[in-house]
Amino acid sequence: MALVPGGVYTNLYRDQGIVSVEAFEMDVTPVTNRDYLDFVIANPEWRRSQIKRVFADDSYLAHWEDDLTPGPDAPADSPVVRVSWFAARAYAKAQHKRLPTLAEWELAARPDVSNTVARILAWYGKPVRGVMPEVRSTFVNPYGLWDMHGLVWEWVEDFNTALVTGESRADAGLERNLFCGSGTIGAASFEDYAAFMRYAFRSSLQARYTVPNLGFRCARSLKP
Amino acid sequence: MAAGPGMAATDTADWPRETAVLSSAPNVPPPTARKSPAVVKVDLEVRELEGQLADGVTYTFWTFGGTVPGPMIRVREGDVVEFTLHNHPLNKLPHNIDLHAVTGPGGGAASSFTAPGHSSTFSFKALNRGFYVYHCATAPVGMHIANGMYGCILVEPEEGLPPVDREYYLVQSEFYTAGRYGEAGHQPFSMEKALDERPDYVVFNGSVGALVGDNAITANVGETVRLYVGNGGPNLVSSFHVIGEIFDTVHVEGGDLLNHNVQTTLIPAGGSAIVEFKVEAPGTLVLVDHSIFRTFNKGSLGMLKVEGPEDLVIYSGKLRDDIYQPEGQATVTTTPAPKPERELTKAERMEAGKILYNQTCFACHQANGQGLPGVFPPLAQSDYLMSDAARAIDIVISGLQGEIEVNHVKYNQVMTPQNLSDEDIANVLTFVMNSWGNEHEMISPDEVEKVREDIKARGGSGDIGGH
Repeated sequence: MALVPGGVYTNLYRDQGIVSVEAFEMDVTPVTNRDYLDFVIANPEWRRSQIKRVFADDSYLAHWEDDLTPGPDAPADSPVVRVSWFAARAYAKAQHKRLPTLAEWELAARPDVSNTVARILAWYGKPVRGVMPEVRSTFVNPYGLWDMHGLVWEWVEDFNTALVTGESRADAGLERNLFCGSGTIGAASFEDYAAFMRYAFRSSLQARYTVPNLGFRCARSLKP
Repeated sequence: MAAGPGMAATDTADWPRETAVLSSAPNVPPPTARKSPAVVKVDLEVRELEGQLADGVTYTFWTFGGTVPGPMIRVREGDVVEFTLHNHPLNKLPHNIDLHAVTGPGGGAASSFTAPGHSSTFSFKALNRGFYVYHCATAPVGMHIANGMYGCILVEPEEGLPPVDREYYLVQSEFYTAGRYGEAGHQPFSMEKALDERPDYVVFNGSVGALVGDNAITANVGETVRLYVGNGGPNLVSSFHVIGEIFDTVHVEGGDLLNHNVQTTLIPAGGSAIVEFKVEAPGTLVLVDHSIFRTFNKGSLGMLKVEGPEDLVIYSGKLRDDIYQPEGQATVTTTPAPKPERELTKAERMEAGKILYNQTCFACHQANGQGLPGVFPPLAQSDYLMSDAARAIDIVISGLQGEIEVNHVKYNQVMTPQNLSDEDIANVLTFVMNSWGNEHEMISPDEVEKVREDIKARGGSGDIGGH
């Protein structure tokens, strides 16, 4: 794992405020098929044929050959994708880790951004063909983290809080934030455009969804 | 019209159910031909895919239904539309759809927000008749539209639209690419140019040349044509015009207001117009954005080919071609370059020819002789040009019209005779035939003179000025 220094994260949607983030540790790469295979060997309830449908939709690990064989479409060193938030969380817990929060993830990804916006937008805009490339195939950032942009989207612990506050009056502002021009109040830089796409992506998810371009990596607090 | 308090919800249980016929541009779905409302099911799949933006230029389009623009949808006023949006599993991004025909928050956007590999269904009642744009409204909305996510839905009036002979569907939009217009290869989206509203491409139906040459739309003399024209934007307002026609009727902004005898109609970004006209004369009508640099330099050009007998009263063609000599002017037909004291070198002809090219030829054949695909033939590495220098001289002197084939592509345009001296023609052709990969000997004024003699010998006018 690599150390990510603490800092202050200003939420893209400002009414969600400023978050103070303590220093924490983060996996250097997204979780691979090899890692995830070990997890399902040890935890049969998370195998493709065993998983409860409330915890993952029908395409959970659909590109794997079978329960315990990732196969040619899921090379050992490529990031595991088509996993739900429930599954990602269970994996992290089994490693005595957790999923990063949205603020942690964004803070960890930030040092790349100014130099790599074009690359990020290009990746976001390009359809996937064939097999997912291996981890460590894009670039490493100043914190020593690989593939923060340009390989897969990643689950975060609070993926669905960006827009839904759980408070009905605030939820009425959902569309104001998410759709059309009103989503960009005070945010027009290139960097924000890349962030908008991540926020929009996260907002489209539900915890049981699995998506071919969506993986995850784990985090750990310094103080237990 | 909104349902007021106490107004009962529509009971659609007894209504007929049907699946909408969707059409790819430039085609239009058939009229619903119904006297009563129905429940109409529409399925649309979002695909992110690579496609051609111009000759040799590819782009990653985000599409409704795999095409730009998305298909045209046709329903009847009062119909209830059951809309399902599918987001293909291999797509990178979530998408949604905002149909301007929907009355309700977000135009359906909130209800149709869909992650890759999922589908969303919502329904709406088509309360207002008209021709409406739909588009993706997922943040960042500008980028989703700029990448191709728009199309149109027609809500027919209850009584239907008056029948016409031909209906076509086109959508104008612009693209912002890292490379300049025509730069070959895969071009990524340029956020900077999009924010500056400085597009490289302005096109009809999603790519340069989508409506020219073999893709041109057609009609016969005497027929009435109805064009459903949307503007996807994302930024520019269109000055929509058809060269050689006057719109008999314009459904202004796609609504109820009818205007007549209109030359050019404004179509806002995220708006539309329906234009109708009877075609009276054979030939090619050219569809343009009359904000005209977009047409000659960025691609907003389409063609409507009209076939049938000529009526010389309606349009005579060129009857006479005379020299005009204003009173009090010296009798000068042209101002040809004076014959130099000595024969110029090839390098000197190249230099003089380049200046002339940039004044005279550039507008059609473009800065690097690449032409406009399907419209103006290329000069750069052109088999047609390079195979016959005498023919090239003849064309500059006499002009050219009718179909020719250049580098295996057919062109059918008019080049007018050029009022140039032997010196000028020698210079410009020496330049053209030795630039952009072309290689040829110097063209001399003597060769030009010889071609003029040949033209006269076959009964043509080899003179400067056409006499």
